[in-house]
Amino acid sequence: MTDQKPALRLSGITKRFGALVANDNISLHLNHGEVLALLGENGAGKSTLVSILFGHYAADAGSITAFGKPLPAADPKAALAAGIGMVHQHFALADNLSVLDNVLIGLEPLWRFRSRAAPVRKQLADAASRFGLAVNPDARVGTLSVGEKQRVEILKALVRGAKILILDEPTAVLTPPESAALFVTLKQMVAQGLSIIFISHKLDEVLQVSDRIAVLRAGKLVAECAAAEATKPQLAQWMMGRTLTPAVYPPRQRGAPLLALKTVSTAGQPALKNVSLTVHAGEIVAIAGVAGNGQAALADLLCGVLPLGSGEVRLGGDALEGSPANCVQVGIGRIPEDRSHIGVVGDMTLWENAIIEDLHDARFASAGAVRREPARQHTRALVQQFDVRTQGVDVPIRSLSGGNIQKLILGRVLSRKPRLIVANQPTWGLDVGAVAAIHAHLVAACTQATESAGVLLISEDLEEIMALADRIAVMSRGQLSEARPKSDWTLASLGLAMTGTTSEKAPLHAA
Amino acid sequence: MRLEPKSTDAKSQTRSIALASLSAIAFTLLIVSLLVVWAGAPVLAAYAALFKGGFGDVFALSETLTRATPLILTGLAATVAFKAKLWNIGAEGQLYAGALAAVGVGGLHGGEGFALATPLLFVLMILAAMAAGAALLMIAAVLKTWGRVDEVVVTLLMNFIVLLLVSWMLDGPMKDPTAMGWPQSVALNSELELGKLIEQTRLHTGLLMALGASVIVWAIFRFTTFGFAARAVGANVKAARFLGLPVARTAMLTALLSGGLAGLAGAIEVAGRTSYVTLDMSPGYGYSGIVIAMLAALNPLAVVPATIFVAGMLVGADSMSRAVGVPTYIADVIVAVSLIAVLVATMLTRYRVKWR
Repeated sequence: MTDQKPALRLSGITKRFGALVANDNISLHLNHGEVLALLGENGAGKSTLVSILFGHYAADAGSITAFGKPLPAADPKAALAAGIGMVHQHFALADNLSVLDNVLIGLEPLWRFRSRAAPVRKQLADAASRFGLAVNPDARVGTLSVGEKQRVEILKALVRGAKILILDEPTAVLTPPESAALFVTLKQMVAQGLSIIFISHKLDEVLQVSDRIAVLRAGKLVAECAAAEATKPQLAQWMMGRTLTPAVYPPRQRGAPLLALKTVSTAGQPALKNVSLTVHAGEIVAIAGVAGNGQAALADLLCGVLPLGSGEVRLGGDALEGSPANCVQVGIGRIPEDRSHIGVVGDMTLWENAIIEDLHDARFASAGAVRREPARQHTRALVQQFDVRTQGVDVPIRSLSGGNIQKLILGRVLSRKPRLIVANQPTWGLDVGAVAAIHAHLVAACTQATESAGVLLISEDLEEIMALADRIAVMSRGQLSEARPKSDWTLASLGLAMTGTTSEKAPLHAA
Repeated sequence: MRLEPKSTDAKSQTRSIALASLSAIAFTLLIVSLLVVWAGAPVLAAYAALFKGGFGDVFALSETLTRATPLILTGLAATVAFKAKLWNIGAEGQLYAGALAAVGVGGLHGGEGFALATPLLFVLMILAAMAAGAALLMIAAVLKTWGRVDEVVVTLLMNFIVLLLVSWMLDGPMKDPTAMGWPQSVALNSELELGKLIEQTRLHTGLLMALGASVIVWAIFRFTTFGFAARAVGANVKAARFLGLPVARTAMLTALLSGGLAGLAGAIEVAGRTSYVTLDMSPGYGYSGIVIAMLAALNPLAVVPATIFVAGMLVGADSMSRAVGVPTYIADVIVAVSLIAVLVATMLTRYRVKWR
C-alpha cells in the first residue's frame, strides 16, 4: 500500500430516517488497491452507507471525495462517472437479454443511431480476460447460474470504468466453492489497482478476503483495524457489542415419525423432483442449500400454497390435503420466508395479524363478528411472552422491525401448539438478539416433555443449521439428498453437496 | 426529485392529514379562481354564488342532499369494492340494472307491481334492485377469480351493455304507453314512492337509507369476519391467501355488497325522485362514486361529507353559472382538481420530497 491520496474518503456522514439514525457521523477512507471490509450486523447501517456513496440517498450531513475530488450528493451518474461501481445483492439484470445486451444497457446514448455493441464486446472480452471472469457474451442471462450472473454484474461495473467496486453481501447467493472463486478474482483486481469495498456480516470471509476491516454497529463506526491484526472473537465483540456465547440446548427425545414425503414432485420454478423425507416428532431436520434450488417449492407445498404433483405427503399417517387453511387446521405451524409480505398483512394491526389464522375459531369470532377484546388480550399475552417490542397491539404491524414481526409470527404459530413447524429462513436478516430468541423458541417447541413438535428448518445459513439441526439434508436443483445425522456432515461436505456433487466424486472445479 | 418515507408517528400523522386536506382545498380554490378569471368573471362573486347555490338556504341544501343520496350509495359501492381491491368501474350500469329491477317488480304487471301488500312489495323491490346490481358485478368477479379476466375492463364495458339494454327495455317491454313515444319506462306504483323529508322540496327519505347504509358498511368492515377478510385481501392478497383466508369467497361477497349498493342507488332514485326509468336518470352517478370513494380515502363514514361536498359543487355551479355567467363545467373541474389535490396531499403526509 502506498501513501498516496485515498481512492475514497467519507467525512462525517450522517443519515437519519425519522427518529432512526442509520449512519451517525461516519468517517472512513478506502486506499488504492485494497479490499476494505464493511462488517456489521443486519441493520447496522452498511447498506445505507453504500447507498449514500453510490448516490441513492442524500446524506443529511458529511461529504465524500473520490480520488481527491468532491462527489456531488445523491447523484448516481456522478458516482458512476467518478469510477464507483456497485454490485447489488439482488442483481439488476434482464433475464431475457444476452450478457452483452445487459452490459450495453445504459451505455447506449438514446440519440445515437449506431449501436456500440462492437466496441463494448471488445471491452467486455478485455475485462473478462484481465480478471479471469470468463463469460459467453451471447449467452442469455436467464440461463446462467447465480455465480455467473454475479460475474456479469461485476463485468458491467468494470466496462463502465469502475475503479472502485462496492460489493453488497456478494457471497449470500453463492455456494462455498463459488465464494472461493470470487475471492480469487477480488485479489486479482486489487493487484491490478482497483479498490474494493466488501460488505458482509460473515466473519470468516471478511478475515479471508480483506486488507482492512471497518466495523459498524447501530449506525456508528465502532472499530477499524488491519485484517492481519484482527481476531474472530474481537470482531464479533465489536460487531455485536457483547461477547458471543454459543447457546447450549438440552438433549432432545426423538419420537414417532410425523411428516413423511414419498417421491414427491411438484410444479414450480424450480420444481421438486422425487423428494423423499421423514421428520419425527421432537427432532429438527434442516434443509441446507443455496437459495433458489427448490426450497421455496418444498415450503410452499407444506404450507398448502403449492399443489402436490405426484407422490405422497403424510402428516401423522394421514394424507395432507393442500390448502393453507387445512394445513393450519391439521397442526402445521408455518413460518414463511418473506415475513413482512407473506407472514403478515402489514397494514393491519398487531392483534389482527395475531388471530388471522384463527379467524373462524370460536375464541375470536362468533356469529360472523370478530371478538375484538379476546383477540386483543390474546395478542397482549403473545407480545409479553415472546418479547415483541411494540407501542401496543393496535398499531399496524408494518411499524415493527423485522425481528419483532418474526417474534409475533412465532408466537402466533406456537400458541396453536403445532405438531410440525415449517420454518423457512426464520432468522434471515435479524439481529443477534432476535436470532437467539427465535432459536430458543424453536428448540423449546421440540423439547417438550410430551407432544414435542417436529421442526423442518429451511436455511441458507450453515452456522444456524449446525447449531440447531439433528439431521441435515441438502437441496440442489430440486432434488433432496438423504437426511443424515449432523455428525455425518462437515462444512466442506455440505458445501460440496450444495453444488449438486456427491461427496464421493471429485470436487467441482468451481468457476 | 425523489420521495423518502416519513417516520410514522400516530399523533403527527393525524395532524398532517388534517393539514393536507385543508391545503388541498386551498389549492383547489386557487386553481379554479384562475379559471374563473380567465372566463372573465369576478372571483369572489363567483365563489359566493357557488356556495350560496349549494349550501346557502334550505332549498339549496335540499337540492344538494337530493343529489347526494344516490352518490352516497355509489360512493359506498366503490369504497367496498376498492377496499378489497376489486376495481368496480361498473356502478353506473349496476345502478341502471337496479332501477330496471325496481320498476320490474313495482311498476309492471298492470302498473301496480306484483299483487302484494305495499310494505312487502317495497322490500321485494329493494331486494330485486340490489340483486340485479349484485348479479351484474358478480359476472366480473367470477371472471376475475376463476378466469383471471381483468375486472376493470369487464365492469366498464358492461356499463355500455346495460345502457343499451335499458334503451331496448324503454322502447320495448317496459315502454310507457302514455308517454307519447318518449323513451321512459312504466311508472312505479305510486304507493311505493318514498316520502318527502321536507315539504315543497325534492328531498326524500332515501337520504336516510343512504346514511344508514354508510353506517352499516362501516360496521361491516370494522366488526365482522367478512370485513376483516376483505381488508386483508385488499391490503395484501398473497399474504391473505397464505394465511388461509377464503380469498375467493371474500371476493364474491365483496361483489355482492358493492353491486347491491349500486343497485340500491338505482331503486332509490326511481322511488324517490323520477318514478320511472329514463336513459338520462343518472348523470354519471356511478363514475362520480369512484371520485367520492377516493376523496373519502375509502372510509365509509367519510363518504358522506365527501359526497355532500361534491353534490354541493355540482348544484352550486348551476347558480354560479346563472349569476356570473361561468360555464357549469367548472363544477367538474373543482371536483377533479380537489381529488388530485387530496391524493397528492395524502401522499405528502407519508413521503417527504427531496429535491437534489
